[in-house]
Amino acid sequence: MKSLAELQAIREKTLNRINLRKEDESDVTRVVIGMATCGIAAGARPVMLAFMDEINKRGLNHVTVSQTGCIGMCRLEPMVDVITPGNEKVTYVHMTPEKVGRVVAEHIVNGRPVEEYTIGAAEDK
Amino acid sequence: MRDLSLHILDLMQNSIRAQAKTVSLSVSLDEEGMLTLAIEDDGTGMSEELLSRVMSPFATTRTTRKVGLGIPMMAENCRLAGGDLSIESTLGKGTKLTATLDTRSIDCLPLGDLPGTVVTLVTMNPDRPEFILRCRSPKGEMEFDTRQIRQALQGVPLNEPEIAAWMQESLREEIEPIFGGVIL
Repeated sequence: MKSLAELQAIREKTLNRINLRKEDESDVTRVVIGMATCGIAAGARPVMLAFMDEINKRGLNHVTVSQTGCIGMCRLEPMVDVITPGNEKVTYVHMTPEKVGRVVAEHIVNGRPVEEYTIGAAEDK
Repeated sequence: MRDLSLHILDLMQNSIRAQAKTVSLSVSLDEEGMLTLAIEDDGTGMSEELLSRVMSPFATTRTTRKVGLGIPMMAENCRLAGGDLSIESTLGKGTKLTATLDTRSIDCLPLGDLPGTVVTLVTMNPDRPEFILRCRSPKGEMEFDTRQIRQALQGVPLNEPEIAAWMQESLREEIEPIFGGVIL
């Protein structure tokens, strides 16, 4: 394993971020990714890693990423729910790592969901 | 699935759903090019009845759909590559899945992004279970254990983005020399 000393240095930095988040739990945005067989086969893993990478690069303190199972709409995978504080959940479908940057910038940072990637837009087609 | 690391991610989700406290994955390549993947957990295990039909694509414990494709798809890919898949399970004790593939076969899937799979599993399940990864080939071996990382982090969750980035880089550095040029 890479040096655990290095990990301890990262720990110190991360600790400050977590303390900031704890002060205001109600402000947390949740990203939930479908990670069942259908999601994985359709490409959920690179989507999840792209979210982690983008959140890390932008230093977003109030965003958590978690997984869910199959919700029975396998044909729309990879699916991602974004739940921002005080708003209805927005479901994105057929996600790709390339789409992640825009969802983070426009929806999570600026509060405007990317309509064309949502389940509503996909079902209207 | 396009590569073995995606199958591994999918199969290890079964251990997580079975409430495992520890899940270990071993990936080993022998001198002849036979690859053995073993996933072992201490989860709820399966009854003999479920175990007898678990290879069927129509066996699942889920209620959202009537198919369970993870295990049969992996079994098919193993057989295509001159290997096989077997499962041992004891109710209340846990399950061990062993898959073999001949990497000299043209139908053998590449290993793929194993670091990505491990980081995904750990960050999506930061509290439980503990993950242990062991990789071995004639070129060398490595071990990754979330218990060591948890100890070093002293309470900082494993799913923080900086920690995930560190794990991914660390795993990549260690896994590439072991399997690089052969199955990566």
